[in-house]
Amino acid sequence: MTATDSNEASGEGQTVTREELDSVVIRFAGDSGDGMQLTGSQFGATSALMGNDLSTFPDYPAEIRAPAGTTYGVSGFQVHFASKDVRTPGDAPDVLVAMNPAALMVNLPQLKPHGVLVINTDAFTKANLKKAGYEANPLEDHSLDAYRLLAVDITKRTLEAVRPHGLSSKNGARCKNVWTLGLLYWLFDRDPAPTTQWLETKFKKKPDIAEANKAALRAGHIFAENTALPNGIHPYTVPKAELPKGTYRSIDGNTAAAYGVVMGAKLAGLPVMYGSYPITPASALLHHLAKLKHMDVTTFQAEDEIAAVCSAIGASFGGALGVTGTSGPGLALKTEAVGLAIGAELPLVIVDVQRGGPSTGLPTKTEQSDLLFAIYGRNGDAPLPVLAAATPGDCFHMAVEAVRIATQFMTPVILLTDGYLANGAEPWKIPDLDAYEPFPVTFQTETENFQPFAHDPETGIRRWVKAGTPGLMYRTGGLEKADGPGNISYDPDNHQAMTTMRADKIARVADSIPEAVIEQGEATGELVYVGWGSTHGAITQAVGQLLGEGHSVSHIHLRYMNPLPKGLERLLRGFKQVVVPEMNNGMLDKVLRAEFLIDAKGVNKVKGLPFQIHELVEDAYQRLGVNHEHSNVIAMGAE
Amino acid sequence: MNATIPANALKKKDFASDQDVRWCPGCGDYAILSGVQKAMAEVGAPPHQVAIVSGIGCSSRFPYYMGTYGFHSIHGRAPAIATGVKLANPELHVWVITGDGDGFSIGGNHMLHVLRRNVDLNIILFNNEIYGLTKGQYSPTTEIGHVTPSSPYGSIDQPVIPARFALGAGAGFVARGYDVAKELSALFVEAHAHQGASFVEVLQNCVVFNDGIFEEVANKKTGSDHHIWVKNGEPMIFGKAQDKGIRVSPKTGHLEVVALGDGITEDDLCRHDETNVERAWDLAHMEGGLTAFGVLYRVPGVAYDAAVRQQLADVKAQKGNLTMEELLRQGHTWDV
Ligand code: SF4
Repeated sequence: MTATDSNEASGEGQTVTREELDSVVIRFAGDSGDGMQLTGSQFGATSALMGNDLSTFPDYPAEIRAPAGTTYGVSGFQVHFASKDVRTPGDAPDVLVAMNPAALMVNLPQLKPHGVLVINTDAFTKANLKKAGYEANPLEDHSLDAYRLLAVDITKRTLEAVRPHGLSSKNGARCKNVWTLGLLYWLFDRDPAPTTQWLETKFKKKPDIAEANKAALRAGHIFAENTALPNGIHPYTVPKAELPKGTYRSIDGNTAAAYGVVMGAKLAGLPVMYGSYPITPASALLHHLAKLKHMDVTTFQAEDEIAAVCSAIGASFGGALGVTGTSGPGLALKTEAVGLAIGAELPLVIVDVQRGGPSTGLPTKTEQSDLLFAIYGRNGDAPLPVLAAATPGDCFHMAVEAVRIATQFMTPVILLTDGYLANGAEPWKIPDLDAYEPFPVTFQTETENFQPFAHDPETGIRRWVKAGTPGLMYRTGGLEKADGPGNISYDPDNHQAMTTMRADKIARVADSIPEAVIEQGEATGELVYVGWGSTHGAITQAVGQLLGEGHSVSHIHLRYMNPLPKGLERLLRGFKQVVVPEMNNGMLDKVLRAEFLIDAKGVNKVKGLPFQIHELVEDAYQRLGVNHEHSNVIAMGAE
Repeated sequence: MNATIPANALKKKDFASDQDVRWCPGCGDYAILSGVQKAMAEVGAPPHQVAIVSGIGCSSRFPYYMGTYGFHSIHGRAPAIATGVKLANPELHVWVITGDGDGFSIGGNHMLHVLRRNVDLNIILFNNEIYGLTKGQYSPTTEIGHVTPSSPYGSIDQPVIPARFALGAGAGFVARGYDVAKELSALFVEAHAHQGASFVEVLQNCVVFNDGIFEEVANKKTGSDHHIWVKNGEPMIFGKAQDKGIRVSPKTGHLEVVALGDGITEDDLCRHDETNVERAWDLAHMEGGLTAFGVLYRVPGVAYDAAVRQQLADVKAQKGNLTMEELLRQGHTWDV
């Protein structure tokens, strides 16, 4: 880490010397009612606007308001912002903001050695300490001596700041997160203006709340500026990152996927009918799309997951783009209907925002454990294309791809994202939309010799007939259809031919997707990591580090899970070791073994948390037989 | 908005497909199929503007026999599929064909919601009080005590009363008929005319697994003593000799069957009021072996799909079209 001094003007013409850092990870933690998600996302948004690269990671409990002060009610939000390329929210935080003892209890083990601890001392009451499981007050027993402690009576100071605005002390105390944000803004040289604006918009209808929050933000800022900071803590600054030129915005995976669906529909020339049932962490897809009625998007909040997918299938039968979104338990409920869409050869896009399983599992935590289910999880021989987005922004592009493949191949497509992508935000260069090639749908209209299930002899694809077209009345359904006329058929040879035809059609999707490539490293060598989905960031940074150290490691990242991209087998055979890091108990490695008879090994993590870079680096050392001293990375700005 | 063709231009056969009908000979489904085809010819909706969506079961084979668009979907889910069809293509006249098992067992949840949402669909429930396609198990409408392969000692399941379920779900149109009734196609025409979800229960004889359960009600000779066709505004009289009627019981305030004469005249009888939900509730399940047919309940309402379209139009009018470029640039952006 490089640290140079930089002079910045601040306050009343005072000069503040700021230490320049290239990368900082802050973890905001507090009760689920403390507004930590909001605080963290504001810090992230502001840092993005200031030109940093960043990645965020919300980590919150499934309960909306777990009992106050308990460890299981702790809500966290990690922001990694830097003047260099950022791919993950950071392994361990440099700075921990703990709004109460429970937040400290849960998060302290992750804080880097000599990390900065910002603590709200007002919350360290006897009762709260007990609830969090502390025998003694850590602020008094020297157990925090190894850290750089900034202990502030935040609640009291917040109440003082908001008093002129006449809030009750309960409502006033709610502003403490914003006060803390003000403090951190000063400490890290962030411009408070975007948050001020945001508060004004958010509380447009409650001006007193808006004013109180603005006062709290200012007070936190002023406090930091005028306080003698404890030893080892200075004002810092993190310069802009060098990002490719363009216009940027911040985006999370759910927003990107929702917008990608709309983009795909525009390229196909179709209206969207999104049928959905609320489920964590996919509900935001419905929220985003429900706002876009002026973009030819109809949303239908169905009575359950089955009705949601069925309404989408009905819409496709009626000539719209049927789309549904869900998470694992919902995908389980939808499977029978997905098979119907396969048999009826209708387009359908299913976005599965994966979360921890089995069953209800870990609703708010991330996992990649629906892969085999997405590829194989239906009754009968029922193949369909499965795609996976690698980053929050990539959800946009892969959703467009899902629409393209669904409409061009007349098939349901599953797009896999996950809780980490869905809620994590990153600066996103707004893509050049003109670069997207349209793929307009042409419905069948010719009535002569019409056969609803006539298949193109080369592609095995049938034409889409929009119900309502004169002269093309046809009947379809879940029963096997005679190739061509589509009447019910129990003919053995027909079923054989139709089953083969459906499988071949999906296999041919491989002709329309990019070939497999090596993303990092040499085309042959000792070890290749094959990743898919949201492990992209961690693998990229780990492999980058390993390459820098001179090791023979490469990285392939899959976005098309079924069919797999062409050329993959050839690439894999160029390496002595093929290793698949996944947030599941081993899935893609099984697929690679089954497809290619390659001895793929897994690195598996199912903690509801994304991979950390060091976990993969250490895995590589082990596989490469590298002896390395285990060294703890110390926190930013520490001597 | 829906195009119609001048009366008499379309014939019943215009709504038949080229497929052989494969129900058991004598099955009540044939008469219902004929009734629907006749109604459609009368309504004058061109076949390409009709979509029939069904679930699974004997009755759900229905779409294959219609020369319209048809979707034989999965068990219980026809209302949800049909909702999607209607939302995507409001021009279509969408009919849902379901049975007592399909619509009230596996699909009960969707039935509840499609009715309360008031999607403009015509839902025909073929009620034969048995599972036909799986060979004769008791269904959610089977009477207690009925012996079937899955209830060898008699069914102990309390049956649902479909018309009451529909009323409870908030349906705006609830009607009932029986398979061979000559009035059936007229009932379908009424269902078609109603904006919003129309629920028509048809008592249907399954000759193989539940033959004759509606015999008393539907039989040409005795039926008129056991059923009543209610007509809006008219006194509720029935019986071969028109000697029985329905009045409001002075004791309970509910509808009861009375014999005319002995001081009870036509003036004491209740006139059918389609908009009275309490009366409809009583008519849905009369004591004393009487079954009420006809439109039991009808109130106008806003169809869900119409409200969806209205909201789309309103938002468009208010906000104008938004381009993809504009959407992506909403909120904070910055240049690098
Ligand atoms: S089993 Fe019964 S309901 Fe089914 S087709 Fe035969 S007679 Fe009709």
